[in-house]
Amino acid sequence: MLYLTRKAEFAASHYYHNPELSPEENRRLFGKCNNPNGHGHNYVLEVTVKGEVDPRSGFVVDLKQLKETMHREVLDAMDHRFLNKEVAEFATRIPTTENVAIAIWQRLGPKLTNAKLHRVRVYENHDLFVDFYGEE
Amino acid sequence: MAKAHLHRRYRFSASHRLHSEQMSPAENQSTYGKCNNPHGHGHNYVLEVTVSGQVDENGIVCNLVDLDECVQREIVTRFDLENLNMRPEFADSVPTTENLCTVVYDILKRGFGQAHLERVRLEETMMNAFEYDGS
Repeated sequence: MLYLTRKAEFAASHYYHNPELSPEENRRLFGKCNNPNGHGHNYVLEVTVKGEVDPRSGFVVDLKQLKETMHREVLDAMDHRFLNKEVAEFATRIPTTENVAIAIWQRLGPKLTNAKLHRVRVYENHDLFVDFYGEE
Repeated sequence: MAKAHLHRRYRFSASHRLHSEQMSPAENQSTYGKCNNPHGHGHNYVLEVTVSGQVDENGIVCNLVDLDECVQREIVTRFDLENLNMRPEFADSVPTTENLCTVVYDILKRGFGQAHLERVRLEETMMNAFEYDGS
């Protein structure tokens, strides 16, 4: 089994707010991230796929296709966007790094045909990142 | 006794051309794109070797000097500043980084017995990385 990891970057803004909580509870839970005007990050996305190496081509996956899929499904939707307002998933889910990783998994999983999605890693910054391996 | 994983990174630079004799020129071009350029191109590869084992009475998984010597001799000296297509390891396969990964794993598996070889990871560029764990 061989694993290939492809990295990409996107910049986006967001804020954290749960409408079921009071303003005070939101502020206590999310701190400065609760500012409704939003704030931004340079996200780094690492997509890892796994598969057997094709003996003919020596490839585990068509990297060009993977790059295009990542661009089409993720970067075109999220790069230079306000996640809460412009990305459908976050109309009902808080765009935490956890939920961003899950949304990216759900976008990519069905679109990857020639290799299996193994892990989605999203860095919100150098010091904070989330791994999602799909539903257990 | 506690088990630990040790990661050690090495660097080497090599050139390659992705081209399969089993494919027509058109198929080679569509499969490999720019990597099919007949003159080849190169990368600064970063190799990350992961070994595991019980931490011994000296507080180590394996002798790092011995690991470094082994990887230098078996991998870095073998491939650094070489054209991978000209190497006997790739006489019958295309030197994709996938295949380089399995070659490096197999060489180190045979060559280093002091700890269990968990995995090798090769970074081809800042954006692409490949891992093989022998499974």
